Amino acid sequence: MDGNSIVIQLENVSFSYRNGESVMGNLQFELRQGEKLGLIGPNGSGKTTLLHIIMGLLKPSSGTVRIFDKPVESEQDFRIVRQKVGFLFQNADDQLFSPTVLEDVAFGPLNLGKNPEEARQMSLKTLKALNLNGFEDRITHNLSGGEKKLVALATVLVMKPDVLLLDEPATGLDEHTNIRIIDILNSLDTSYVIVSHEYDFLARTTRDIYSMQGGKIEYNGRSENLHSHYHRHPHGKAPHGHD
Amino acid sequence: MIHESLANGHSQIHRLDPRLKIIFATVYSFIIALSDRFPTLFAALALSFLLIGLARLNLQEVLRKVVLVNGLILLFWVVLPLTFTGEPLFYLGPLAVTREGILLSAKITIKSNAILLFFIALIATTSIATLGYALNRLRIPEKIVHLLLLTYRYTFVIEQEYARLIRAAKIRGFRAGNNMHTYRTYAYLIGMLLVKATARAERVHQAMVCRGFKGKFYCLHEFSFSRPEKIWSALMSIAIIGLGIVEWMEIA
Repeated sequence: MDGNSIVIQLENVSFSYRNGESVMGNLQFELRQGEKLGLIGPNGSGKTTLLHIIMGLLKPSSGTVRIFDKPVESEQDFRIVRQKVGFLFQNADDQLFSPTVLEDVAFGPLNLGKNPEEARQMSLKTLKALNLNGFEDRITHNLSGGEKKLVALATVLVMKPDVLLLDEPATGLDEHTNIRIIDILNSLDTSYVIVSHEYDFLARTTRDIYSMQGGKIEYNGRSENLHSHYHRHPHGKAPHGHD
Repeated sequence: MIHESLANGHSQIHRLDPRLKIIFATVYSFIIALSDRFPTLFAALALSFLLIGLARLNLQEVLRKVVLVNGLILLFWVVLPLTFTGEPLFYLGPLAVTREGILLSAKITIKSNAILLFFIALIATTSIATLGYALNRLRIPEKIVHLLLLTYRYTFVIEQEYARLIRAAKIRGFRAGNNMHTYRTYAYLIGMLLVKATARAERVHQAMVCRGFKGKFYCLHEFSFSRPEKIWSALMSIAIIGLGIVEWMEIA
């Protein structure tokens, strides 16, 4: 694929809940190969809905979803999409359902048809790459919030997706875990979309930032030019520098 | 909520192939449940104690579990000797305490404790996760195995949610009492837990679908049936057959 090919494209997509309440109307969205895109917006603006539509978890009321230049509609189409597009859920407890970490990370590769030994090797390699050596036999529900998030990321990365969708990856994490996740994301050459309401996090992980409000997406600009001055103060009043 | 405190030992029993433990624990429970003679039951109880010893478990912990079950058995001792027809041993006021009633209560007590101890020695020394995979390997239907594993995984999450709801009620001054307000609050709480659990099940399923889940689970675990397993199988088979002989050949 050349550097500019479109990987995800939504054309005139509308979505409304069963009660008729419209979340988005005639939305246009595009992600190109290699792009790292941030999507910011208040609660209820439809960010998560957008990601769910891309994954085929929600059906748009109208419009077309094209992924890797093919229109996707049926569950069968989306099954193929899900092998190439990784989705990190907002809540890691929803993503990690196996008793042990290794089992959970190996779940995806096993579904892709790898044999148990291959799946195990792939999982161990991914855990190692995320600096989670020795986590394989840990019990998932005993992990801390930050560890759960990192393992959840491992369960997605192990499937070697071409595109990543991350739903609020920074929410509720301490600064240390946040920095680890930022480093991991910056080291990936996968294209990704990060949905967040934390500007700071998006500025450190993405290049272009879009905002979403009332079901419409608007380009905000390059993240480095847009640094707003609402930053969080994770260190409280202790002396610290700003980068 | 589920502590698995006995699963983390290092005895030989802990290391045994869990499939073997499940099979023998099941066969043993059936044999003992069907046995009716005291020599068999006492022999079985001795065997269970022996296994508890070999598993090198924290005896206090074992005792706590045994006491819990025997609390229930106490009920049998209150009811059975008075209600079972047979030869009266002595009278408690107008009520006759029968010999048969007492013997039956004793049998139930020994049976329950023998089976319980056997299960503690063999099954409680395996983590629930491992147990699930062993059941899978023993060709127990997948749906049952995954029901067990997912229940185990999300019990903790639901417990946390319950604790959060209770805390939310408490910090607003809720105190349980015997009144309509208390009952209504608990009903809301349980209802809320159900709603949350359903919503979570939906999200967990979505997350699984996103990772390529097509309704089939694959098992990562391989168990090995090697030398120690062979020796243990032989010994346990002999013990269980021995118990069977004592019971049905009416030896001793």
